[in-house]
Amino acid sequence: MRGGYCGKILRVNLTTGEIKKEELDLGIAKKFIGGRGLGSYILFKEIDPAVDPLSPENKIIFATGPLTGSSAPTSRYMVITKSPLTGAIACSNSGGFWGAELKFAGYDLIIVEGKAQNPSYIYIKDDTVEIKDAKACWGKLVSETTELLQNEVGDPKARVLTIGPAGEKLSPIAAIMNEKYRAAGRSGVGAVMGSKNLKAIVVRGSGKVKSADQEKTKKLLSNLIKKIKENGVTGQGLPKYGTAVLVNIINEHGIFPTNNFQKAYFPLADAISGETLAEKYLVKKDPCYHCPIACGRYCKVDDEEGGGPEYETVWAFGADCGVSDLSAIIKANNLCNEYGLDTISAGATIACAMELYEKGYIKKEELDGPELKFGSAEAIIEWTRKMGAGEGFGAKLALGSYRLAESYGVSELSMSVKKQELPAYDPRGVQGHGLQYATSNRGGCHVRGYLISPEVLGVPEKLDRFSLEGKAKWAKLFQDLTAVIDSLGLCLFTSFAFDLNDYCELYNCIVGETFTPEDMLIAGERIWNLERLFNLQAGISPEEDTLPKRLLEEPIPEGPSKGHVHRLKELLPEYYRVRGWDEKGIPTPEKLKALGL
Amino acid sequence: MKVEIRLFATFREGRFKKEVWELPEGTKVIDVLNLLGIKPEEVAILLVNGMNAEPEYVLKDGDYISLFPPVGGG
Ligand code: SF4
Repeated sequence: MRGGYCGKILRVNLTTGEIKKEELDLGIAKKFIGGRGLGSYILFKEIDPAVDPLSPENKIIFATGPLTGSSAPTSRYMVITKSPLTGAIACSNSGGFWGAELKFAGYDLIIVEGKAQNPSYIYIKDDTVEIKDAKACWGKLVSETTELLQNEVGDPKARVLTIGPAGEKLSPIAAIMNEKYRAAGRSGVGAVMGSKNLKAIVVRGSGKVKSADQEKTKKLLSNLIKKIKENGVTGQGLPKYGTAVLVNIINEHGIFPTNNFQKAYFPLADAISGETLAEKYLVKKDPCYHCPIACGRYCKVDDEEGGGPEYETVWAFGADCGVSDLSAIIKANNLCNEYGLDTISAGATIACAMELYEKGYIKKEELDGPELKFGSAEAIIEWTRKMGAGEGFGAKLALGSYRLAESYGVSELSMSVKKQELPAYDPRGVQGHGLQYATSNRGGCHVRGYLISPEVLGVPEKLDRFSLEGKAKWAKLFQDLTAVIDSLGLCLFTSFAFDLNDYCELYNCIVGETFTPEDMLIAGERIWNLERLFNLQAGISPEEDTLPKRLLEEPIPEGPSKGHVHRLKELLPEYYRVRGWDEKGIPTPEKLKALGL
Repeated sequence: MKVEIRLFATFREGRFKKEVWELPEGTKVIDVLNLLGIKPEEVAILLVNGMNAEPEYVLKDGDYISLFPPVGGG
């Protein structure tokens, strides 16, 4: 055992109350790097992928990477489980401090099994681990729960990860929150905690994450920090404006989905941009553990303050709902944080409901709240609250856009892939990014292979966003590389400044390994294929590698990307080929063998 | 001819958000950058009418230019 990994797994069975500390199999850990990769491996090994996601037989894994909590810049943890939203493998990623704290307590990951009889929480203080009664905070909002539990354990510095009422009520778009404002948002991981009667995990640790070669790590880090500071995106753009700086960029390219993807240009975008946010509402920056980038925002509107909003959130409640009132968006974001809802899915579901209302599927009589009209600031706030509380028609919205639209017989009006809501980039004007939406292992998602980087931002090089050429290869490369970065426990935003060699060197220095960059990338590919195998066995057919009909058939009606549809049919066969899968999208035995699966 | 200029992020500092300029025929994007006091290498994304363009692009009446410093996120 050298550095990076703690070497210990915590296993908590909520049915029996048994708590076990197991040794980490370092060989396996390195094969899958850690975090997302290792967590997915364990999940696949220990559960039947066909299991009901909300049954006690599903497991939920909280995983750190070898570099989480280390001296490397940025720090993330991941939640891996079978998703109640998509039925596919879920891996939701969050920043803040919780993941680092888990490492300080001495654990690489926690595997939670079974189902508690009563509302419970897990308290970890270094070696001491207890399952405790959470009745006092069941039903409570996230900030109140956080404070209650810190009080109860008598430690204001304890890090609290918790679900809100949405997770307790098993909403398939419920998030897991930590430090109040940081979210493992996507794929309904909050509902899996709720289904286990697990309200929270409180962690405090006094240890440190060691580096195998301290001198070398120090030297390397000063170099890497310099790279981050000197890079325009990580050194200036993100710190100054947060992720919402993308609002104007994406809108100026005419790929800013508006009114549930009926349009792709929002004339009022500047009113909800990162620039406006910084000018009017920003109180301070709110960085995650050991992060020199500090993209996190902390905003105040009227007498409300809190973390966020992020770009995707601003888009979902803003342009996608036709809303240009940034203060209302901030309030909707705060409600998502308090009730524990995924902001992308929540906003996009309201947008879908607005189209269903516009087209006459949802009738006025059904609504026990404001009219679901595009542009209504009142609607996004009140319906978010009702969704979070599972109240009246809000309970129907809390099922997500796919199940909502399906209940009116028009599932094609849900702008989702594998039932998960698409994020803030219209794929009709970014062909590579659209391919990665269709093939993402966790359904509609932008952070499995962020091709906006080359297709719009020109990082690491500028690609023609309408062209199909080489896009399958780029998608694969970005997907595999992202799996590496996630699994290391680092933030994806470091990739604006770092390349594969940097990640590899960092891993080698801290862990004490001699991996080559190719080894790392193959590990990423291994993880991707493992996730794919899980999904196939879970019953997700490759036919679900697709996009909503609108994006394949209806050209963008106006703006700079006018006239384009997404040309998935032309891209997908090439993608399967590049992946070494058969023409049906199934990994070939040779490929799996080559990857050691 | 009339050309609209849209500035974003730090390019707005000490300048403006959006203005319409009256320019002589034959004006190139690079001339506009010079007038703005922005060096071409400071520009990460340069769009004319929402499409990527080069500083040598010769502007037409009714064009709009969008200029971004290096920014990004997600
Ligand atoms: S870049 Fe932003 S999200 Fe990533 S670790 Fe830093 S503050 Fe957190």
